[in-house]
Amino acid sequence: MEFTEKHVEGLKELLYKMADDLLIIGHRNSEWTGLGPMLEEDIAFSSMAQDKVGQSLALFELLHELGESDPDTVAFTRNDHQFHCSQLVELPIGEYDFSMVRHFFFDHAEAIRFEMLADSVFEPLSMVARKFKGEIKYHTMHADIFMQKLAAGGEESFSRMQNSINETFGLALGMFEPGKYEEALIESGIFGGEAELQRRWLDKVLPLLESFGYVVPKVESTEPAFGGRHGIHTPHLQPLLDEMTEVFSIDPGADW
Amino acid sequence: MYGNAYIENDGNKVNSILADEDPIKLAEFEARIAAGDKIEPKDWMPKEYRKQLVRMIEQHAHSEIIGSLPEGTWITRAPGFRRKLALMAKVQDEVGHAQLLYSAAETLGKSREDMTNDLINGKSKYSNVFNYPAPTWADSAVIAWLIDAGAIVNQLANSKGSYGPYCRALDRICAEESFHLKYGHDNVVFLATGTPVQRAMVQEALNRWWEPIMHFFGPPDKASQHSEILMRWKVKMGSNDSMRQTFLNMYVPKIWDLGLTLPDTELRKNEETGQWEYTEPNWETFKQVINGNGPCNKERLAVRRMAEENGRWVRKALMNKDAVYATPLA
Ligand SMILES: [Fe+2]
Ligand SMILES: [Fe+2]
Ligand SMILES: [Fe+2]
Repeated sequence: MEFTEKHVEGLKELLYKMADDLLIIGHRNSEWTGLGPMLEEDIAFSSMAQDKVGQSLALFELLHELGESDPDTVAFTRNDHQFHCSQLVELPIGEYDFSMVRHFFFDHAEAIRFEMLADSVFEPLSMVARKFKGEIKYHTMHADIFMQKLAAGGEESFSRMQNSINETFGLALGMFEPGKYEEALIESGIFGGEAELQRRWLDKVLPLLESFGYVVPKVESTEPAFGGRHGIHTPHLQPLLDEMTEVFSIDPGADW
Repeated sequence: MYGNAYIENDGNKVNSILADEDPIKLAEFEARIAAGDKIEPKDWMPKEYRKQLVRMIEQHAHSEIIGSLPEGTWITRAPGFRRKLALMAKVQDEVGHAQLLYSAAETLGKSREDMTNDLINGKSKYSNVFNYPAPTWADSAVIAWLIDAGAIVNQLANSKGSYGPYCRALDRICAEESFHLKYGHDNVVFLATGTPVQRAMVQEALNRWWEPIMHFFGPPDKASQHSEILMRWKVKMGSNDSMRQTFLNMYVPKIWDLGLTLPDTELRKNEETGQWEYTEPNWETFKQVINGNGPCNKERLAVRRMAEENGRWVRKALMNKDAVYATPLA
């Protein structure tokens, strides 16, 4: 089918929110470098951060091909209201339990998103999605192993993890905030939509949590943290951006 | 040894060091080293050999992990995707080096936990350079280029040493370090050939780092029987001065080529002797910094201590005997 303007706009909106999510979660994960509970986890979080930031770059490149500014300019010169990431990814790394639970929720959502996009009629996107699918396998595997081990790691560990699950679940549901062009994306075959993604995600993560021994949070009684997709953010995003762009903004025209 | 191993140089102790070693085993051990054999963990070795190696490899491991801190703070501020990705990968490598080196030291009988505790209690040392702040992006570039360059000079020499596990770890580390050096050099080149602001930034960083870099290889060695033995055992692979000369010879011309200057008016190569002449850095400052009074000693150790404390529940949980076993990711 012919892409009309709303399809292109929908596609851009989709690419922006994915790229922003990946950039910001990658940035956050990289903050564990040198601070992890053990060297192996420093390394794991850093390697995931590199994949995320690399994926975000690839998506900003697709946007550039669709007429947006170059990746560095787009990523390093916008303010928080111009970002479309979910509020989940922008929160500080906090303690390891929170970072781990966020990693589990986020990466399962991304893995399913990439799987859905692997069949996108927009060829350049389906191509990168297939590549990302291969990378993210290791991320979800890492999250699953640790979610399981920390559930069985004694009382303190279990209760920390369970608390983080309870506190993070609403933020995670915020990832699936519908965009303005859901129908256009679905009817065109570009993307199956946020509602479908959320359905598949719940089918994946809830049984996993249960099998690890956690109390499964209830969707019906959880308020999703919406807003991020439309530029409404927590107070944590702008300071992150200030830090991220600190050097770049000394002279955005310079070659760094 | 990452820059400088703080080997106690106590010449008088030599006789007592070797007194209770079996002379036949000692002779065999020394013959193997002289023949270029590598000593392996299960082989017989003198107590002093084990002691000095543990100290050296442990210091090197600590240096990698502490060294990831000043650069690590620039990951979140790296300008643009290319630098951000490269710096993340570099610092990740450094943490990986720590992991490799702790494992190498463990083959000599000291556990990672004991080493970590000695680090955060201030009992063991790490390279002095990491006790200095990295206040600008250019500092991170200078570190990645010149500190890593210095480390390569050292590590290449040490990779020819006698202890098998350390040599093998160093072979892998050196391969990665050469990427760090390229990254650091590229970074400095962009700044040195960039806008006036960028050029000033990198020149200032270089001025700040010059003394720590000169300190990096350690004070001129005093000749002693002790250090002679360590050289014979291929624990110490070159004098501090010879390593400093190698470094100056390789990098000063590259620095000057970029139109940058160094804050030492005496610095020049003596064409007759082939040796570099320079103003001795202040070794009293060096001693002060080693003994905990550098600008960042407290901060660095506080960060490590905090990471250890915050992560304790995780490590405890993973050791829980009821925990389901799952293979960790590579
Ligand atoms: Fe290293
Ligand atoms: Fe280094
Ligand atoms: Fe390095």
